[in-house]
Amino acid sequence: MIFKKFNIENKKARDLIPQAITVLALLSVIIYFATNAQINMGNRGISFGFGFLNQEASFDITFSMIEYDGSHSYGRAFLVGLLNTILVSVIGIFFATILGVIVGISRLSDNYLIAKVAEWYVEIFRNIPLILQIFFWYFAALRALPLPENGINFYDISFLTIKGWYVPKFIWTNFNIFLLSVIAAFIAIYFVNSYATKQREQFGKQIPTTIISFATLILLPLITFFFLGVSLTFEYPVLKQLSPTVFTYAGGVSIIPELIALALALSMYTATFIAENVRAGILGVGKGQKEAAASIGLNKNQILKLVVMPQALRIIIPPTTNQYLNLTKNSSLAAAIAYPDIVLVFAGTALMQTGRAIEIISITMLTYLTLSISISIFMNWYNKKMAIKEK
Amino acid sequence: MNLIAKPSKENIKTYVPIGFSLVSLSILDVFANAFFNLNLMAFLPSQLSYLLPLILGFIGFYLIRIEFSGVRSLDILNKNINSNNFNAVLTLFTIFIIIKSIPPMLDWFILEANFVGNSKDDCTGDGACWVFIKVWFNRFMYGLYPNAEQWRINTAFLILFTVVGVSFFVAERLKKYFILFLVFVFPFLGIKLISGGSFGLEYVESAAWGGLSLTFIISAFAILFCFPIGVILALGRRSSLPAIKYISIGFIELWRGVPLITVLFMSAVMFPMFLPDGTFIDKLIRVLIAITLFEAAYMAEVVRGGLQALPKGQYEAAKSLGMGYWRMNALIILPQALKLVIPGIANTLLALVKDTPLIFVVGLMELAGMIGLAKTNPKWLGMAMEGYVFAGLVFWIICYAMSRYSQNLEKKLSTER
Repeated sequence: MIFKKFNIENKKARDLIPQAITVLALLSVIIYFATNAQINMGNRGISFGFGFLNQEASFDITFSMIEYDGSHSYGRAFLVGLLNTILVSVIGIFFATILGVIVGISRLSDNYLIAKVAEWYVEIFRNIPLILQIFFWYFAALRALPLPENGINFYDISFLTIKGWYVPKFIWTNFNIFLLSVIAAFIAIYFVNSYATKQREQFGKQIPTTIISFATLILLPLITFFFLGVSLTFEYPVLKQLSPTVFTYAGGVSIIPELIALALALSMYTATFIAENVRAGILGVGKGQKEAAASIGLNKNQILKLVVMPQALRIIIPPTTNQYLNLTKNSSLAAAIAYPDIVLVFAGTALMQTGRAIEIISITMLTYLTLSISISIFMNWYNKKMAIKEK
Repeated sequence: MNLIAKPSKENIKTYVPIGFSLVSLSILDVFANAFFNLNLMAFLPSQLSYLLPLILGFIGFYLIRIEFSGVRSLDILNKNINSNNFNAVLTLFTIFIIIKSIPPMLDWFILEANFVGNSKDDCTGDGACWVFIKVWFNRFMYGLYPNAEQWRINTAFLILFTVVGVSFFVAERLKKYFILFLVFVFPFLGIKLISGGSFGLEYVESAAWGGLSLTFIISAFAILFCFPIGVILALGRRSSLPAIKYISIGFIELWRGVPLITVLFMSAVMFPMFLPDGTFIDKLIRVLIAITLFEAAYMAEVVRGGLQALPKGQYEAAKSLGMGYWRMNALIILPQALKLVIPGIANTLLALVKDTPLIFVVGLMELAGMIGLAKTNPKWLGMAMEGYVFAGLVFWIICYAMSRYSQNLEKKLSTER
C-alpha cells in the first residue's frame, strides 16, 4: 500500500532515487581513484602540478615549425607537437576533401568505368585499417625510393628521395605587404559579391562575379610585386657530398617521409568516407529539383551550381565535419611511425622523462578535446550559414 | 563531303568499322607496350607516338558516337562509356591505366615472386617473397603462443564457427538457445581454454597471445561488451532525469573527443596510478576495458540516432498499454530503433575491428604488430611490403565480409514494402 502511494504520488521522489544513486556511485569512484593516485604519487615522491612545463626538455625533435632545441622547455616541446599535429591535420583535410569530392562525384558518373573505379577505390581503402596504410606507405612504399644521389628529379627544382622530399624554399622580401594585399583582395571580393547580390535581387542585373573575384585575387597581389617592393626568390635544394658515399641536399625545405606517409594515408583513407557523404548528399537532392531547374531553362552547370550543390551541401556538411574530426584524431597514429606529433613528443618522450603520467595524459586529452570542439563549433557555424533560411 | 559529316545513322556503315578499328588499334598499342614492351608506333617521332593511342582512341570514339543508331549493343556502349568527348577521354585514360598497371602487379604478385624455400636466400626474383609469409605464418596467426598449445586456440575458434554455422540451419525456436550460449557461456569457456591454468591445461600468460587470433579475441569481447553499454548510455542521454542525462553526455563526449591511442596510453601508464599500490590488472584486460568504453561511446551515438528517429506515437502507444520504462524500451522502442541503425552499428563494429592493431602502443602484438616484429628480424630485413600487403589483404577480407553481411541483414530485416 505504501509502495503504491510512493510510486504514483511522489513522482519527484521516485525520480530522485536513481539520480542520487548514479551521482553517488560516480563520486565514490572518483574519490577512490583520487585517493589511490595521491597515495601512489606520495610513495614515488612526486606531487601533482604543472611546474615541470617550465623545465628544460633536453631532447631533440626531428621536425619543428618553430625554433626548438633541447634547451627549450617542456611547454615549448608541447607547442611543437601541437603545431605538427595541426599541420598534418590541415594537409590531410585539404587533400581528403579534394579527393573525396572527386571520387564521390565519379561514383555518380554516367561513365560506367569511372563509376566502377571510384567504387573499388572506396571499397579497398575504406576496409583496410588506417594504421596498416600508414605502415605500408612509410615502411614499404617510401622506403623503395632512391637514395639522395639519384633521387627522382622534378626539373632540377625538387627532389624525391628516401630521406624526404626536398622542395624550394620561398624567400620573401616585404612579405607583410604581400599578405596585406591578399587580405585586401578578399575584402574587396566580399564587397563586390554583396554588391552583385544586391543588384541581382533588386534589378535583376547579372554581374560576372567569378571573373572579377579571380582577377582581383591575382591582380592585387601582382601589383605589390611591381610597385611596393615585394619580391620572391627561391632557394633550390642542391646535392652535396658529405663523404665519399654519403650525399644529402643542402638548401630548400625538406619534407620528412613521416609527414608524407601520414598525410598520404590520412587523406586517402578519409577521402573514402567523404566520397560516400558527397554521393549521399547529391543523391539526396530530389529528382524534381533538377527537373524544375531544367524546366526554367537552366543549363547543366547552372543546375549543379545553383540548385543541386546548395541543397546537397546541407546533407554533406554534418557527416563531413565528423570525418574532419576523425582525421584530426587519427593523426595521433603518427606516433607509430615516429612523426613528432603531440602524442609522440608529449605523451611519449616527455612522459618517459618526467614520469608525470596524470598531468601529461590529461593535457594531451584536453588538447584533443579542445581541437575537436573548435572544429565542430566552426563547422556548426558554417552549417548554420548554409541551412535553409525560411522566411 | 560525306566523310566529314557528323556521325549519324546514315553513315553508320562506314563510321562504325573505322571507329572500332581505331579504338582497337589504340588499345592494342598500349597493350603491346605494357605486356611485351613493344612500341608499335616506333616509326613516329617520340612525343607523337606517346600521345598517339589517346588521339586514335579519341577519334575512334567520336566516330562511333551515333545517337539512336538502332544497334542495341552500340547504344549501350555509347550510353555507358562514350556519352560525350569528356567521357571518351576519361574512358581511354581508365583503360590505359588499368592495362599499364596489370603487368607490374602481375610480376610482383605471381610471376617474379618466390613461393618455395625456407629462408630469405631462397627469394631471388624481383617480385614478392611469399616465403616470408609462409615461414612466419604460424606467428602471424598465433603470436608467441607456444606451438604445442596452439590446438587450444584452434579448438576455441572451431567451436565458435561450428556453433555459428549450425545456428543458421536450426529451427527458429532453437536459435535463441544458440545465441544465449554464444553470448553468455562461450566467451568465458573460450577464454578459459586459451589462457589455461586449470583442468590440466598449461597456463599461457596473455603477453604471449598475439597474431590474428588476438585480433579476433579482442574484437569479439569488445563487441560483446560495448553493445549493451552503448545502449544504456544512449538511453541515459535521452533520459528525462537531468543527473543521468548530463553524466551520460559528459561520458560520451569525453570518449568521442579523444583519439583511441591516447586512451590506450592512459590505460597503460595512467590507470595503474589510480589503483591501490600492488594491484595488478592484466594488460589485456586494461586494453579491453579501454577499447570497450571508447567504442561504447560511439555505439551510444548511433543508437541515439535510432531512438530519435522513432515517432513519438510509439512511446505513447507503449505507455497507454501500461508498460513501464524498461518494458517499453526492451519490447517496443529498442527493437525498432536498433533495426533502423543497422548500418551505423555495422560501421562502428567495423571501426572497432580496424582499431585493434593500435594495441601495439601498449606492447600487445596482433597481426600488424607481429609483422612489425618479423620485418625487423635480422634474417628477414626488407620484407615490409610483403608483410603489410598480406595484413592489408587479411583485414580487407574480414572488413569487406562484415560490411556485405550488414548490408544483407539490413535488407532482410527491412519491413518497408
